[in-house]
Amino acid sequence: MAEPRTEFAISVEVNGTTVERTVESRSLLIDFLRSDLALTGTKVSCELQVCGVCTVLVDGRPVSSCTYLTVDADGRSVTTVESLSSGGKLHPLQEAFVDCHALQCGFCTPGFLMMAKGLLDANPGAEREEIVEHLEGNICRCTGYRPIVEAVESVARQQRAEAK
Amino acid sequence: MTEFSTVGTSVRRRDLVEKVTGSAEYTVDVTMPGMLHAKVVRSDRAHARILSIDATEALAAPDVVAVVTAADLEPLFPRFGHIIADHFILAPDKVRYFGEPVAIVLAETLGAASDAMRLVRVEYEDLPSVMTAAAALAEGAPLVHEQAYDATGDDSFKSLTGKKHTMEFPEAEGARTNVAHEVDLEWGDVDAARAGAHLVVESTVHYPMLYAYGMEPYNAVASYVDGALSVVSSAQHPYMVRDDLARIFDLPLSRVRVSTPYIGGGYGSKSYTKVEPLASVASWMVGRPVKLVLSVEEAIYTTRVDTADIHVRSSFDAEGHILAREIDIVMDSGAYADNSPLVLAKCVNRSFGPYRVPNLRVRGRSLYTNTAPASSYRGFGAPQGNFAAETNLDQAAEQLGLDGAEIRRRNLVRHGEAILPGKRGIDADLLADLEIAASSLERDRKDTPYYGMGVSCSASDAGAYPISTAQVRIQFDGSVIVFSGSTEMGQGSQSLLSQVAAEELGVDLGVVSVVQSDTSVTPYERTTGASRTSTLVGLALQRACADARTRIRDMAAEIWSCTPDEVIDLPGAVQGPEGAKLAYGEVVRKWFGGTAGEVTGIGLLRREGVTQEMPPFWETGMVGVAVEVDPETGVVTVDQLVTVADIGFAINPQAVEGQDLGAATQGLGGALYEELVYDGPQLANANMVDYRVPRVTDMPRKIDLVLAERRDGIGPYGAKGAGEGQLNPIGGAVAAAVARAVGRWPNRLPLTPERVWRLLNDLEDSDPPA
Ligand code: FES
Ligand code: FES
Repeated sequence: MAEPRTEFAISVEVNGTTVERTVESRSLLIDFLRSDLALTGTKVSCELQVCGVCTVLVDGRPVSSCTYLTVDADGRSVTTVESLSSGGKLHPLQEAFVDCHALQCGFCTPGFLMMAKGLLDANPGAEREEIVEHLEGNICRCTGYRPIVEAVESVARQQRAEAK
Repeated sequence: MTEFSTVGTSVRRRDLVEKVTGSAEYTVDVTMPGMLHAKVVRSDRAHARILSIDATEALAAPDVVAVVTAADLEPLFPRFGHIIADHFILAPDKVRYFGEPVAIVLAETLGAASDAMRLVRVEYEDLPSVMTAAAALAEGAPLVHEQAYDATGDDSFKSLTGKKHTMEFPEAEGARTNVAHEVDLEWGDVDAARAGAHLVVESTVHYPMLYAYGMEPYNAVASYVDGALSVVSSAQHPYMVRDDLARIFDLPLSRVRVSTPYIGGGYGSKSYTKVEPLASVASWMVGRPVKLVLSVEEAIYTTRVDTADIHVRSSFDAEGHILAREIDIVMDSGAYADNSPLVLAKCVNRSFGPYRVPNLRVRGRSLYTNTAPASSYRGFGAPQGNFAAETNLDQAAEQLGLDGAEIRRRNLVRHGEAILPGKRGIDADLLADLEIAASSLERDRKDTPYYGMGVSCSASDAGAYPISTAQVRIQFDGSVIVFSGSTEMGQGSQSLLSQVAAEELGVDLGVVSVVQSDTSVTPYERTTGASRTSTLVGLALQRACADARTRIRDMAAEIWSCTPDEVIDLPGAVQGPEGAKLAYGEVVRKWFGGTAGEVTGIGLLRREGVTQEMPPFWETGMVGVAVEVDPETGVVTVDQLVTVADIGFAINPQAVEGQDLGAATQGLGGALYEELVYDGPQLANANMVDYRVPRVTDMPRKIDLVLAERRDGIGPYGAKGAGEGQLNPIGGAVAAAVARAVGRWPNRLPLTPERVWRLLNDLEDSDPPA
């Protein structure tokens, strides 16, 4: 039998804009973003919270949107990859990813960017070991990781230089 | 290095900029107006007769539009497969593996399709199954396929090897077996050579069942309207998918359009047809567009990697020179052939290594079993065969008192020497590459217990079949659009093609854009695989640019009323008599007479001239690995990874290094962590929790990626392909390093902590391969 369709009215701030919608109780944040809001920058792969491609920030904290219920985002603020660049200017992390060749197919990239942003916002100038540890939950099948770590490190280094 | 203006430098890749902003479009992001969502009902048995399918309840569920079964496909050709068209779109009378598509549920929403999928009732009668290659080979084994299928007549496949291919199926029912394909390769007199040998070394290994895990699962959106089919898909080879679809619907090729946006990871696993027929027949049934996106679990059951059991017997003289090699390969290729016949043929060609082997006998068999279908994966048969033969060589070295580098030094072929009779000689300097890898390893050798190092190498007849076409269109402002049928899956083809066009036409990279992989728009490209793009598409594109330049000179000659040979090329411009100069854009505008017009150049490549000799180039691999083993736990830590890419010329060095590290890392995954495990009829770990791929914390402590650029390829500027070479020899290198660290030779991959711990403690394998 199909599950009963309970619907909820929610209000979420997505990339700075308040969005009001009615969603099914089983709606996952990833589907809400990709299908309801057409924010397809965030990707989905494992659907089991182990690959990290679906990572977005909820109230500044990285979460796997593939296992996060949309209703739980009610009253919170969600940040996705689409918000990183503004006015045609890339975010320093995006710049560093391109420069360091930290992506190939790019499918994992939105997740890595949001994960890295979560770290560097909370812990500016993080050291290499912290970066590696923090990115452990994200899979990249193309790059072999080194360029990704280098990209994040280079931004952390800039942050340290600026803090001085 | 100033010889070139654009190629040879790590230019900023425009596709990467699109991808970091989230605006890059992948097939999963594509929608079509009015589209339905599809979910696939799959078999929950390994081998069973279908007695009935009851969709009544599913059809009554809200928002459900249709349920498609094999019976509905009767007006169509219901199978696909580019070598043997044995692959049923939907299982007709029986299912051949757990996970096989049985029905398609179409609904207005994905949620409705998922709910209704569970309401389709399928009644089965179980049949005895064959779950391993050994079981499939056994006397009186149940048959996976009772009937014979015509080969589709893929010419490039037929001409692949010099030796015998058994393709025909015996007609008599009683004579049928589960052998899907057989390949033999033989020269010299191995028996005589063995009889006179100083040392004979035998070994048997098992290569694990792997999953490529392109992170974007297989998916497609299809629309069948009025005798025309349009499909957007995650396929690496849209043209070959088009051919399969045209056969299914009996449509002219011009009425089937397949396009591929950015691909979220291919690695060979998105070669050939996957879910496109499912989405297409569904759309044909209901007359509306249909989107089908698989889950990772479904993707694993759609295509996995061929496993192999390989026996190697090598004979040596007292100095360690190879006298003969005998190799027997048995692959478990799953329920349908897909690309496995080609994987097998390549495995045979790539198994004995880039060595002087005066006497050789290789026997390869690919078996049908009641498991998920296997098909190509990065390396294409090379990792399987290479692992077997390289560990065998290292075991011989140990018995001869030589180190791993020395036995290779004594046997490697020199530049230009052939390893396959009648084929192109090896266009790489493997001896030099070996010294680079070995000295890098030695330099950072650690003096600790349970430390081991291995070097390993491979040579792959690469580039696939040399058929390629390319177009350049010079606009009236002098900017340039490149058209190519090749796909962009992260390897950097888009950027590389723009670099070649900018170089050849002498224009700024900023005015070049690239349009790719749409069978109704871009020129024909047979495949994007076998590391062919830089070499073969690069050559076709050089020709297209030369053709465009010729046209521009002809037009300029008309404008200047001189003969074309009075016009000479300048970067982005032409010069005529008395120093007159016109930029490309000016030529176009003046010739057409207005701010309008364009000039098209066409480049065609086939098997002739530089690409007459097969293979078009050799893709070699040379790697060094150093490991440290924890004797308490058996955990292997990779201390060093060294790769030497004999690339000829790197058009974008950063992209090549990226491919090398990516390929080597996938190799490390298969060598240390990854393995799909069947438990009864189904996989025990068809998900990314239990199928463990390398993570950032698994990164080798030292990574040394060397590019050996000797300009000795046939591609543009001396380039050869890259992208899989550094995966192929990793298994052998890891096995040798672990063996030297623990003192016993492994006979299988991956070398998980438990297996290594057992090796170290002289215990038997707890789960020996069947
Ligand atoms: S898709 Fe969410 S973690 Fe993998
Ligand atoms: S860039 Fe392809 S998976 Fe990371």
